[in-house]
Amino acid sequence: MPIHEKSLIRPENLLTHEQLTIEGVDVSGHWSTFIQSRVVTDYNEALQDEIAALPGGEFIHRCWQCGSCTNSCTVNAINPDFNPRYWIYLIRMGLEEELLHDKDIVWQCVSCNKCTYACPRDVNPEGVMKATAHWLELKGHTATKPSMQFDEIFSEQVFATGKIEEGRVLRRFLARSGQPLLQDWLVALVRGLVRRLPVTFLMRLGLASLVRPRTRGWGRARDAIAGYVAERKAADRAALGLGPQGAKR
Amino acid sequence: MTEKYRKVAYYPGCALEGTGHAYNRSTKEVGKALGLDLVELKNWNCCGAMEVKNIDPKLQTYLSARNLSIAEEMGFDVVMAPCNGCYHNLKKAEYDLAHDGESREVVGRLSQKAGHETYEAGKVETIHALDWIKEAIGEEGLKARVKNSLQGLKIANYYGCMYTRPRHIFPEKDKGPGSESTSKPHFMDDLLAAAGAECVEYPLKTACCGGAHTLSDSDTSTKLVLNLLTTAEACGADVIATECPTCHTGLEMHQVRAEKVFGRKTKVKILYFTQLLGMALGLSARRVGVAENLSDSSDLLRARGLG
Repeated sequence: MPIHEKSLIRPENLLTHEQLTIEGVDVSGHWSTFIQSRVVTDYNEALQDEIAALPGGEFIHRCWQCGSCTNSCTVNAINPDFNPRYWIYLIRMGLEEELLHDKDIVWQCVSCNKCTYACPRDVNPEGVMKATAHWLELKGHTATKPSMQFDEIFSEQVFATGKIEEGRVLRRFLARSGQPLLQDWLVALVRGLVRRLPVTFLMRLGLASLVRPRTRGWGRARDAIAGYVAERKAADRAALGLGPQGAKR
Repeated sequence: MTEKYRKVAYYPGCALEGTGHAYNRSTKEVGKALGLDLVELKNWNCCGAMEVKNIDPKLQTYLSARNLSIAEEMGFDVVMAPCNGCYHNLKKAEYDLAHDGESREVVGRLSQKAGHETYEAGKVETIHALDWIKEAIGEEGLKARVKNSLQGLKIANYYGCMYTRPRHIFPEKDKGPGSESTSKPHFMDDLLAAAGAECVEYPLKTACCGGAHTLSDSDTSTKLVLNLLTTAEACGADVIATECPTCHTGLEMHQVRAEKVFGRKTKVKILYFTQLLGMALGLSARRVGVAENLSDSSDLLRARGLG
């Protein structure tokens, strides 16, 4: 079945009739399943351009649907619904409604770059996944996903001080994503660690969480970065036709 | 063997000052034991890891360009990064600055505002800790210095994603015999084999550990890591050797999580390749920071007369 007909076999698009006659032939009952005929009118003709306007999506137009990305994909091996080739197809066709069926898994791309390695057309599918996840959030189709929360917390620290401290990233992320700090496996990990670790190492970790590591002379870089981030955010929103505040849920 | 790698600029990165401290310590100790000099970059900044690029890729390019400009300012033309994330980002910045005008424009603008020299592609060569030891000392040089052979130790060498992908940012790889391969890397295998270890055939050398989502999508990461661990065991490995702090910590964390959450226990040990090399060079387990690893491999090492 061609990839563009995949949606036709979704349960909601399959019909079974008690009473149905087509061109004089009685086809009632469950002996077969009928695909409801339909005309697609809701193409979003701007979809490809919008994805291409976001960082990472620039080369989506190069795709010739060979499927190397999905074939090599780390996440697809775990969840067959994670299908970069299919999403690239939907975006290029403007089939926004179909794309939205998978809006809650696009963010799960682990950036292993196997797709980028395999792609014969330099589409940069990894970048397209990130651009698409970004697009879904900017358009208000999904809430900020855990990976983006993590990216934001991590980046905020880099921008502020030039460096990160992992304990701080961990604590902030668990707090922002509403997870408890004392999860079984984290506790087990720390217990094992404390039992064996040299005191000097524990002190170093403790010290780092109190006195944040920072890059000396970072102030001007911090300001330059802040200006650039604001500029980029505005540009991304403008490319999607969103106002400064936009369609945040 | 390359004389110019005997003294290089050293970019440890954030992870090596935190959870990956054992990698930092063992890298320095191995360097010392081999007579190689490392000079740490002054006032380096975070490379952005796998996170800043999702805010904006060119900002990530800037972060690495700043580090490269520091290396240049310090008079170095080679910078060594043991962390795959740092290494990858320096390489990516080098590639983007050489090939993309927009990246050059953004980096130029930000560098000027930040008040430092704008780094230009081609001034500083980025190498990994594997390149460093392989090129400066080589297998023969290493063999001659081994005091405590790793003989009998079966190792699965795990390189992860960022050491080889995407291929275009590593122009020196895939150059045929002697060069590193992006599909089947072997530099770590070569070095550990020279130290006496038996490197097992491990098909998941460059598979992904889910490091980017180790906390934000933990179940996916645990599944990926469990696959790496069970496959290493099926290949007969006692130890998985790592060369990236994110992979290393991910393997350790999700080994525990797989047991606690999925009820799947695995026994394979996880050690940095520099820890293994250090012990082969006669350094104690303590010197190479084995106690700083999250996972406990002391039983195995004692049984093998290492450390």
